[in-house]
Amino acid sequence: MTHEEIYAKVKDVLVDALGVDDDEITPTAVIRDDLGAESIDFLDIMFRLEKAFNIKIPKGELMPENVANDPNFVNNGVVTPAGITMLREKMPHSNFTEFEKDPKVEAMSKLFTVEAIVKYVEGKLK
Amino acid sequence: MRWIWIDKFIEFTPRTSAIALKNCTLAEEHLHDLYPDFPIVPHSLIVEGMAQTAGILVGEARQFKEKVILAKVGRATFHRLVRPGDTILFKATVEQLNEQGASITGRVELLNQNADGLNVGSGSADMLVAEIELMFSHIDQNMSGVKFPEHNFVFTEQFTELLANYRLDSTITL
Repeated sequence: MTHEEIYAKVKDVLVDALGVDDDEITPTAVIRDDLGAESIDFLDIMFRLEKAFNIKIPKGELMPENVANDPNFVNNGVVTPAGITMLREKMPHSNFTEFEKDPKVEAMSKLFTVEAIVKYVEGKLK
Repeated sequence: MRWIWIDKFIEFTPRTSAIALKNCTLAEEHLHDLYPDFPIVPHSLIVEGMAQTAGILVGEARQFKEKVILAKVGRATFHRLVRPGDTILFKATVEQLNEQGASITGRVELLNQNADGLNVGSGSADMLVAEIELMFSHIDQNMSGVKFPEHNFVFTEQFTELLANYRLDSTITL
């Protein structure tokens, strides 16, 4: 499956899960901030991805969980270097360039973009 | 006391699908509340019936150990009204189920019985009341450390008895 084919399918998944219009979905769109996803929507997206691509997504693989509650990874609302290293390992599909300039914990959601999902699925299908 | 919105299960295949039945009657006060002189079953309560049917299906899959919460109504499309005297079937099918929750597709159909009490209409397009997509969350698995009461406040005896009665599978004689 090509990158474009995966992108098209991911787009369909997001339109169905989030009730957004086609043209709102761009590679750089942030799932939470730009597309309005709430916490339960991530489970919905995960289920729909599993079905659309016939893959299994283990808990915490697409987006690490409980990072903010771990003092090794977050200190005073800022993700620590150890936290960033962990996130990089667990989210190789995300772009960290902007996040690393100001790694506030509330900016973590910006790591989860449409393109990150597409790259994640590409990795799963290899 | 919880408001039970289904009367009984007529099919139950663990982790896969369930069908529950509800009789709708003029004796239910809420049928009169929406439109004066034109009683109908409110759509919101049809969604609730599907949620109860599907919720018990999802809960049973893990022996009612998880607190199963309706987290999202993905879609609800209605095709016809339900009126007093109608019997409706809530047909729930598990699409996805894992440790975090479940997604369900549901169909609500009118049961159309002939004089012998046989179902002659269910399944046909004109008997279709609604198509509903639901998402359930196992909240203890999804709330990033937020604690809930230990006892399972979702599945009260009223709910689990519905399933127990179906499994009893015998005629109760006087």
